[in-house]
Amino acid sequence: MTLAADDLLIPTDVIEQVLSRASAKGAEFAEIFAEDRQGSSIALDNKKIEELSSGHDKGAGIRVVVGDITGYAHTQDLSQNGLLAAAEAAAAVAKRETDGSRVVSLDASKEIFGKSAVKIWPEEVEKKKKVALLQAADEASRSASGQIAQVQIGYGDSRRRILVANSDGLLATDDQIRTRISVFCVALGDGGLQTGYETLALTAGFEIFDEFSVAEVAKEASRIALSKLNAKPAPSGTLPIVIKSGTGGILFHEACGHGLEADHILKDSSVYTNRVGEIVANPKVTLIDDGTLGRGWGTSAIDDEGHRAQSNVLIKDGVLTDYMWDYLRARKEKRSSSGNGRRQSYQHLPMVRMTNTYLMNGTDNKDEIVADTKYGVYVSKLGGGQVNTATGDFVFGMTEAYLIENGRITEPLRDANLIGNGPEVLQNIDAVADDFDVCPGTCGKDGQNVPVGCGQPTLRISQVTVGGTAGA
Amino acid sequence: MPDLMNIAEKIASDAQGDEQVEAFVGWGTSTEARAYKGEVESLSAAESAGIGVRVISSHRQGFAYVGGLSEDAAREALRQARDNSLFATPDEAVGLARPDGIAPQEIDLWRDKLLHTPTEEKINLAIELDNACRKADSRIRQVTSSDYGDSAGEVAVCNSLGIKAYARESVCYIATDILVGEQSDTMSGSGYSVGREIDDLLPEKAVNDAVLRSTRLLGAKKQKSAQLAVVLDKRVTATLVSILAGTLSGEEVVKQRSLFADRLGDRVGIETFTLIEDPTNISAFGASAFDAEGLASRKLTLIDQGKLSGFLYDTYSSRLAGTTSTASAVRAGYKSTPSVGARALSLLPGDLNETQIIDKVGNGFYVQEISGVHSGVNRISGDFSVGAEGLMIRNGQLGEAVKEVTIASTIQKMLQDILYIGNDIEWLPSSAAGVTLAIGEMSLSGS
Repeated sequence: MTLAADDLLIPTDVIEQVLSRASAKGAEFAEIFAEDRQGSSIALDNKKIEELSSGHDKGAGIRVVVGDITGYAHTQDLSQNGLLAAAEAAAAVAKRETDGSRVVSLDASKEIFGKSAVKIWPEEVEKKKKVALLQAADEASRSASGQIAQVQIGYGDSRRRILVANSDGLLATDDQIRTRISVFCVALGDGGLQTGYETLALTAGFEIFDEFSVAEVAKEASRIALSKLNAKPAPSGTLPIVIKSGTGGILFHEACGHGLEADHILKDSSVYTNRVGEIVANPKVTLIDDGTLGRGWGTSAIDDEGHRAQSNVLIKDGVLTDYMWDYLRARKEKRSSSGNGRRQSYQHLPMVRMTNTYLMNGTDNKDEIVADTKYGVYVSKLGGGQVNTATGDFVFGMTEAYLIENGRITEPLRDANLIGNGPEVLQNIDAVADDFDVCPGTCGKDGQNVPVGCGQPTLRISQVTVGGTAGA
Repeated sequence: MPDLMNIAEKIASDAQGDEQVEAFVGWGTSTEARAYKGEVESLSAAESAGIGVRVISSHRQGFAYVGGLSEDAAREALRQARDNSLFATPDEAVGLARPDGIAPQEIDLWRDKLLHTPTEEKINLAIELDNACRKADSRIRQVTSSDYGDSAGEVAVCNSLGIKAYARESVCYIATDILVGEQSDTMSGSGYSVGREIDDLLPEKAVNDAVLRSTRLLGAKKQKSAQLAVVLDKRVTATLVSILAGTLSGEEVVKQRSLFADRLGDRVGIETFTLIEDPTNISAFGASAFDAEGLASRKLTLIDQGKLSGFLYDTYSSRLAGTTSTASAVRAGYKSTPSVGARALSLLPGDLNETQIIDKVGNGFYVQEISGVHSGVNRISGDFSVGAEGLMIRNGQLGEAVKEVTIASTIQKMLQDILYIGNDIEWLPSSAAGVTLAIGEMSLSGS
């Protein structure tokens, strides 16, 4: 299948010329990444639709690789002249003494055209319909209780059209549509202010609001804030924790996901370097990174290097099976990319990134896991986290948690961070249930943010440090 | 290069009837070089520009941005912003900044020299940094990256109420990340240096910081949970002060989303605690002659000898609160609307240096690094719980290394529990200056 030239961000003859120019100084690899991003967002705050905004930006980045050197230049000028100038700039940094001029031709057999399965294009939805959605969420959140003092709703949709072409003859495009709504609320009680947050975000169009109720999203945010009004300080010390399915996926993203990115591996800055084939986790742990997962927040047809998204098994029954790879790192190891080359925008070099990372279902029962825990913490919602891949130490925040006493979930706890060591925690996962769920997130690495998904069934970690202020 | 002010003026002059129009036009160029194992690993060079337009009509605000500086881009942004304004809820507080008679100070943050420095020289800085790191200490196992980066940008803000502001700025930095030790006793450390031009950069400092901060943590272990005094390293204090400023945002206060709402005039910290925001201080990394709505920057005292004395406001939040803007609007570039933020915070320094503070504290925990700030600090409830690495303080001296613990308290309590503020103010690449800070009691969670 070949698309009409009008559908491409850059015509094929220009692509070939630009890649040829970029390769003229002896480059082993040259690539164009073009992006056209449009989106809109709406903010409701303090009962008012405070602002609608929309944006449009497009540009292209040209990458040239010679030996171990990468040159990159980006431009907002997608004309032939603009692209040729960027190609020269990128090539100039990675030049060879010998002039190995070459002509690049695109190879029809290497074409990949990703198609969006969107049913309702957000750009075609009337603004007032979007506004009504936020107002409904605001009302639902406030209706939960008179103690809801403040509500903020954020809506956003984005359409990201990308084109990737390289000197191997590849031409790939994708049309990525993401739609989200988030609700943040504040509850006021005798003990002060508490917060709740809930979000609905999918790689899909406006149809998600026909399938899911924004009122439910809003009520959930309110419920969380209200639940903490009488919360007591979290314990301080090492305890067993049970993490409810869904947001706990962040644990795997931080505890081992980043450490399995090949850029860290090749620089020996990960605790998982040289450990493929070894037992790195409890046998109950099977971990997948899957860029094809349904409408996951980290899902796409191709990665940002034009490689088809794929599902990769990282840990199987506790044994490390593989790392995640982008073009550059895979090339060094003479293997193929795993479809994990991603970038925030055309202004950024791609690097190894996760897509949707999740722990597979186990065979335990979620209620029995709690019943089987004498004293510990039940975490029903986790916020963000952070890891040092070199040491494996990570933190992540509990935004809704309860004490477990004698096998029963009892009192709510105030927010606190948990801290642990990735390799140790993976070994300490001693129960995995069968109630898999996912959640969306934004992953930041080296100054670049990309949408990712996380997921996991309810699980227990036999011991982890809870960073509260109360005696454990 | 197109004249940014010209573009901004043209857009603002298109205001129709009672409409208010603001154009924020930005242009920037940047270079980033990364070295690895003595060779250049990557080099990126780029230029980008764009236009962000706010339109307010009948008390309703709309915003749109478009990449590029073409007339088409300007038209598209204006048209979209106008259309967006039709759907907002009318709000009397909505409005653009009005000239308030305060004259901007001359702040020169631009160095032509940086733009004329050959790329080759910039690459060499990264390579030299990498080489210096590898040679610095035998315990260094890996230098994961050594970077040189710079950016130079210009901004013009113009609105139909008479605001006209132009600013330009150049910045450059070097930064390195290293690993020391073997296997399970690996520690990482980072060092950097920041300036307006290359001559400002101090590679030796970057290397020494990275080496000291990583090697002194070798052998780090978890500690037993305890209540103890903590001494915060400069970088950590800068992070804490930035968090504190978030709670002093007039917008969060007026919308009842701050732990300091309704507490103006209250004693919130110890008597020696004075917090100042002064973007006119040229030493500050975030210095600028104007805020992001084009008002002249000014010095503010937010906490005065322990008493809460003021909040930060942009135009909208000040009108909501029935006061005037403190010229505290910030924005992340042409793609975003203004919001309230601090740029140049500092604590009034005390009398003691770091060594003296550690000696006075006697026994406690010296915190070199914190993690999980975005997940562990709640600016509304005040709950504060972060991962920490550092060294125990034993008998007034730095002792054994500590990792994988958290320190926790509440922001409210931390301000009351401050013991000493150092005399070692250092402006860091952040919205706040660093200074050594001792807090009398926090909960350390470990084994």
